[in-house]
Amino acid sequence: MTPQNVIFTTLLVASLLFFCWSVYRRFSLLCYGQPEERLDQPARRLSEMFLYAFAQLRVLRKPFGLNHFVIFWSFVILALANGEFLVNGVFPSVSLALLPEGVHRVLLFAFDVVSLLTLFAIAFSFIRRLVVKPPYLDSLYVKGKSPEAFLILSFIALLMLAYFGMHGSLAALGMENDPAAMPISSLVGAWLGPHPSLIGTVYSVSWWLHALVLFAFICFLPHSKHMHILTAIPNCYFGALTWPATQPREKFEKGAVYGVGSVERFTWKDLFDSFSCTECGRCQAACPATNTGKALNPRQIVHAIKTNLLENSQALREGRKGTLPLIGDEGEGTNTEDAIWSCTTCGACMEACPVLIEQMPKIIKMRRHLVETESRFPEELLNLFENMEQRSNPWGIAPGERAKWVSTLPIKPFVAGETEYLLYVGCAGSFDSRAKQVTVALATVLNAAGVSWGILGKDEKCCGDSLRRLGNEYLFEKMALENVELFRERGVTKVITLCPHCLTTLKNDYRQYGLELEVVHQSELIAELIASGRIALDKKDDSFGRIAYHDPCYLGRHNDIFDAPRTLVQATTGSTAVEAERHGRNSFCCGAGGGRMWMEEFTGERVNHARVDELLAQKPDTICVACPYCMTMVEDGLKDKGAGQVRVRDVVEVLAEGLLRKNA
Amino acid sequence: MLVVVCVKQVPDTTQVQIDPVTNTLIREGVPFIVNPYDTHAVEQALRFKDRFGCRVAAISMGPPNAEATLRKALAQGVDRAVLLSDRTFGGADTLATSKVLAAAIEKLAQEEEVGVVICGKQTIDGDTAQVGPGIATRLSFSQLTLVDRVDELDLSGKKIRVSRKLEGRHEHVEAPLPVLLTVVRELNRPRYPTVAMRLESADAQVEVWDNKVLQLDVNTIGLKGSPTWVSRIFSPERAKGEMLGDGVHDPEGAAQLLIDKMLEKDLLAL
Ligand SMILES: Cc1cc2nc3c(=O)[nH]c(=O)nc-3n(C[C@H](O)[C@H](O)[C@H](O)COP(=O)(O)OP(=O)(O)OC[C@H]3O[C@@H](n4cnc5c(N)ncnc54)[C@H](O)[C@@H]3O)c2cc1C
Ligand code: SF4
Ligand code: SF4
Repeated sequence: MTPQNVIFTTLLVASLLFFCWSVYRRFSLLCYGQPEERLDQPARRLSEMFLYAFAQLRVLRKPFGLNHFVIFWSFVILALANGEFLVNGVFPSVSLALLPEGVHRVLLFAFDVVSLLTLFAIAFSFIRRLVVKPPYLDSLYVKGKSPEAFLILSFIALLMLAYFGMHGSLAALGMENDPAAMPISSLVGAWLGPHPSLIGTVYSVSWWLHALVLFAFICFLPHSKHMHILTAIPNCYFGALTWPATQPREKFEKGAVYGVGSVERFTWKDLFDSFSCTECGRCQAACPATNTGKALNPRQIVHAIKTNLLENSQALREGRKGTLPLIGDEGEGTNTEDAIWSCTTCGACMEACPVLIEQMPKIIKMRRHLVETESRFPEELLNLFENMEQRSNPWGIAPGERAKWVSTLPIKPFVAGETEYLLYVGCAGSFDSRAKQVTVALATVLNAAGVSWGILGKDEKCCGDSLRRLGNEYLFEKMALENVELFRERGVTKVITLCPHCLTTLKNDYRQYGLELEVVHQSELIAELIASGRIALDKKDDSFGRIAYHDPCYLGRHNDIFDAPRTLVQATTGSTAVEAERHGRNSFCCGAGGGRMWMEEFTGERVNHARVDELLAQKPDTICVACPYCMTMVEDGLKDKGAGQVRVRDVVEVLAEGLLRKNA
Repeated sequence: MLVVVCVKQVPDTTQVQIDPVTNTLIREGVPFIVNPYDTHAVEQALRFKDRFGCRVAAISMGPPNAEATLRKALAQGVDRAVLLSDRTFGGADTLATSKVLAAAIEKLAQEEEVGVVICGKQTIDGDTAQVGPGIATRLSFSQLTLVDRVDELDLSGKKIRVSRKLEGRHEHVEAPLPVLLTVVRELNRPRYPTVAMRLESADAQVEVWDNKVLQLDVNTIGLKGSPTWVSRIFSPERAKGEMLGDGVHDPEGAAQLLIDKMLEKDLLAL
């Protein structure tokens, strides 16, 4: 062994030991998290991992994602080259040259090209961070121009330069056995050729540079945000197999703990998520709260969990409670209550995250702690909770008034065996004066199509959506159990809902109570009726002018219903609705979800103003919605913006008015 | 020291309708709630508990199902709950009601000195606001009604300083203990029970005291002991209002007329 081998081997072993120790220290912290099943259905998990981690589907949604795609795949390919380098440094006789010549050629070519591509990609990354930095790269505690980011980028660039230095020198010395397969190294060799005195130095400097940077990288990796190189792939494997629109049940028994008030109350997967965050800022770019200047940034929620876990790790290892609170005002490792209450549960963060981190469920877990254990929540919610508990509706209106909207229509109660569908009107459709008009429109359309439907009338109860999203799981459970019992008693199997919040609750949440209903949103059912010819329109109604459609989060992102409401518009007017800049899966919340409907908005711009601005940019005459909360938010927003001339219609109102005009 | 809160179960009046034929309240199927003012009384008692470590007992006179009201107080954190329930207590007016409540407080005082009794300002069904003062009179306690802020409770000096919310003004007063307070909603924001407290309260014991316990003369309580009788309950005829100005063409003028009218009728406190 040469002294060089000895030094190399010693440093390599030291870095690998340090790496393993660091990784062990970090990953062993996952044991303090709560259990959660994330190992089922390995085949599906592998395919998700392939799509999101290797094919980088989410990463590629943003144009600059291509840059990351290049770096990622270069990394994978160069892992071989670096592996060879490390082994070769210890055992100089072992190298990839032992492989069949054809294979080795291809590899050498790939290493060369990919290293050059990486250099370009790193240059673009530098430019992006230094010159054209998008604002979402900065969060409160992690900046786009952080030394860490530049250090890592420099490490990668140095590795590539060193690679060309080494192989260029070898090519210049004629020691590269297949220079034709290495176009860039050969080019470097050609430059070095005229300076023979330099070649030796360039080789040694490059070789040591390559070695030292690689060792530094190995040591630094588990302590930086580049930890995601290790965690992102498994995180995609462990990702939620079904979109997490619902929250898990809690067990209510004496001595139980509710929600998450300290970091070890999160599940191991929540903690693993926090180790996997790349600090890419895509969630924060999509978040309606962050976008309108609220205290909440989903990225910071994830970052705070990681920071908190690391800060409290010593205490946890010693079996003590951590000293840094998870919820509070103590900076980087804590989440403020204000942030926790600012979430509209719109899910845009989860939709944006390239590594399938689930930010929103973590927020609801902390809300559960605040409501159920601490009894601490914004003042406005006290009324809401009392109204829900005492009168089963958010406004606290007498339950006897639930069926008042019926007064003008011949409507029958739901009777199992005689009526096909239960129309679950919901609180807004029953009590809110504007939403009641939508209910009436829906009723006339259903009647026109000859659908067999009925209502529960004053026996109908609130579904409890807001309670669950606000973390008042105890009360939600009480209401859910009452409803499940009521539906069973009445023999309800097929339900039409007017409101996407009722839809999601009846369809996704009540399943946890063993109630499997066939729940459709009104727009879905009506789209089917159009398709089957039970509703016939002439597609000519132009009285709505230019229509812009706003996707409600709980209809679209949370329940995958994008086309049906657009079909109603198309069928009535003959033209497609225009789209806001952010629409479909990437739609921007109206601001009312997650119980925000019942809270004041004290900081920053109002979410509904931001959304209305975006819709108005399409110069619509009519804005279409498919949710009573969106209706309120958009109407209020238009009024505040002095754009009262723009009409707001639920899609079913458009259809109902179209039918009326056609038949007139 | 023991703090006693009086809580009453009342029908949710927003859901009570008047029978158009008999002109009486239709009480069937109307859910019961805790008299809203009493939830503020409970909160104040619990704040004394948080601050001074005193114990809190909640008492209620009513039918057996009034137990639910006391359970709610238990969920919020009171230490003891006593339901005063006996057929002979039924049909009581404010005089007979306060007699039973006062007797119960005296009985509690045999075990532990009662320093403060807290009542709501009034109920939303009977609306008399007489029960609190009735209890104070019977027990010879100081009497501070319409309290909207407690400035100081001085246990060693045995006195209390509060602010009273009167029409258009506030009064700052001090009184020696023992004292009875009746409280208004502005006093505080009642706490929301935690799940743990709710589960605890579900199995907590609500003591039931009947007249065997209180040993009151049956001629002085319940219907027999009630000198006031309700002869008729009816909803008042709504007098038709008048049109003021022209709101369509001159909204500001109409608004001014409305304000003048309200000032003239003394409907606006300035
Ligand atoms: C249908 C009906 C019929 C009635 N008939 C008669 C009648 O024939 N004659 C008559 O005199 N009155 C009658 N009442 C009124 C009845 O006497 C009162 O409801 C009762 O005495 C309490 O008075 P209040 O509700 O006005 O309480 P208020 O004096 O307004 O209550 C003030 C506070 O006292 C406390 N308090 C009051 N009642 C209780 C209680 N039961 N337990 C614990 N704390 C309490 C609470 O803290 C409450 O906030 C009738 C009421 C109703 C609704
Ligand atoms: S769910 Fe919506 S509001 Fe909540 S953190 Fe995610 S993006 Fe922001
Ligand atoms: S949570 Fe996901 S989207 Fe947000 S910064 Fe981290 S990796 Fe990016």
